[in-house]
Amino acid sequence: MSALIYCLAFVGGFVIMSLELLGGRVLAPYFGSSIHVWGSIITVFMASLALGYLAGGRWSLRSPSLAKFAGLLLAGAVLLYPLVYFSEPAMDWIFHAIEDPRYGSLAASMLLFVLPTAMLGMISPYSVRLLVRTTEESGNVAGRLYFVSTTGSALGTLGTSFYFVLWWEINTILTLLTTTLVLAGATALTVARLRR
Amino acid sequence: MNKARAGALAPAGNRTALNQGIPSRAGRPRSGGARRWITLALLSVALLAPLAFAEVVHQERSLYQTILVVKQGRTLCLQFSLRRAQRNQSCLDERRPERMVLAYTRMMMAALLFGPAPQRILVVGVGGGTLPMALTAIYPEAQLDAVEIDPAVVEVAKRHFGFAESERLKVHVEDARVFTRRAVAAGHTYDLILLDAFGAEYIPEHLMTREYLADTRALLTGNGALAANTFAVSQLYDHESATYFDVFGPFFNLKLPSSGNRVILATKGRLPSLMTLNARAAELAKSLAPYGIRIRDYPRRLKSEIDWAQNARVLTDQYAPANLLQAR
Repeated sequence: MSALIYCLAFVGGFVIMSLELLGGRVLAPYFGSSIHVWGSIITVFMASLALGYLAGGRWSLRSPSLAKFAGLLLAGAVLLYPLVYFSEPAMDWIFHAIEDPRYGSLAASMLLFVLPTAMLGMISPYSVRLLVRTTEESGNVAGRLYFVSTTGSALGTLGTSFYFVLWWEINTILTLLTTTLVLAGATALTVARLRR
Repeated sequence: MNKARAGALAPAGNRTALNQGIPSRAGRPRSGGARRWITLALLSVALLAPLAFAEVVHQERSLYQTILVVKQGRTLCLQFSLRRAQRNQSCLDERRPERMVLAYTRMMMAALLFGPAPQRILVVGVGGGTLPMALTAIYPEAQLDAVEIDPAVVEVAKRHFGFAESERLKVHVEDARVFTRRAVAAGHTYDLILLDAFGAEYIPEHLMTREYLADTRALLTGNGALAANTFAVSQLYDHESATYFDVFGPFFNLKLPSSGNRVILATKGRLPSLMTLNARAAELAKSLAPYGIRIRDYPRRLKSEIDWAQNARVLTDQYAPANLLQAR
């Protein structure tokens, strides 16, 4: 089971950074690609992950299970997919409501990315809880988990910026990321059912 | 899950590359060397002499790029790269400041062939300020908006290239996409729009999409004209042509044998006939002569034939990998 959890943490890391890079693409038509646009995106992703870590740790106190863990991935998919449909009208509204492109891009980043990113951020601490058996191995487990999820992040960044944007439209990539999360969540759920 | 590398930032150059880009004095062999060495040395000095006296007047790393002001003889040039394959963005001949040194700036002025004297002009990408300054001089009645993302570029243009803001020439330091969207929402229009925002180093991809061009087209008055300085080589040529065609329909390509640039000329109205263009060129010839623009040569060089791969994918906000396509 622990191999599965590492795999899911990898997927989580991959999706987060792929989404972050797409964030720049999504915002550019409305807020440009000035340095403050990237500043907004990175700020929002860091803050959302921070909140996600906190929430994931908290939630791991309440009878943790693989099924609930699968729920995190599925919830991430549910929060991510609407970006395909509502990011344009949302940005259009913000663009006209907020004159300053700095705060406009910050508000848009928050509206679009806080929920899916925070949800995916919960994966890491929750994984630690499911993987750790003894105090002695806890550091080792956490280290291995960071290794796996951050490697996922690195590959998500590379894949998106080098290849995905050349092959597919942004909405196609978002759909693929959603599908990946759904498949990962479904796999975890199936394994949880079988083990019961 | 770590910080993203801010993809929008221009690639950073490094100081050592400078020495490659602008060679300092050619190496002189020690005395007593064989004759062929002396010949070789003399030859290399002769060849490199014009470069040897290139002097870096100003250099800074701005938020978006490395800005260099380089002086070669009496010519001052603005560059955004430390790489060897450097491209001048803008040049000023100190003896004849009105002369447009770079071919592409002269080619951009071909947009004037499309219609009567423009009242409202939009220039995207200030560079050294050559185009906005020339246009306000030629059309003293016109109102000009110039958009530039990098505040440091505007400062350098003012300090080194004689660029100046005025009542009639307003500079907007912001992303052109944001400016354009606000201008469309406010119902502004322009008779002439010049797009000069692309460097060889980094392409702002959101300024090369169908949606951006459609917004820009919406800013044009009925017979308004647009000129865009674009890429003449690489796969991007096909994609960019397809995108312009998608938004404007038939357009003119202007290429000169002497220049590696391709300027796209498009209009909201119909493309004028060669006769109309020639007549207009005759009217303009005198006022453009001081700038070194031989406008009478241009009409016959305007080509509206489709010379790009028809199956090239149109660039959109959803699909805009311009930098990746350019590298191919």
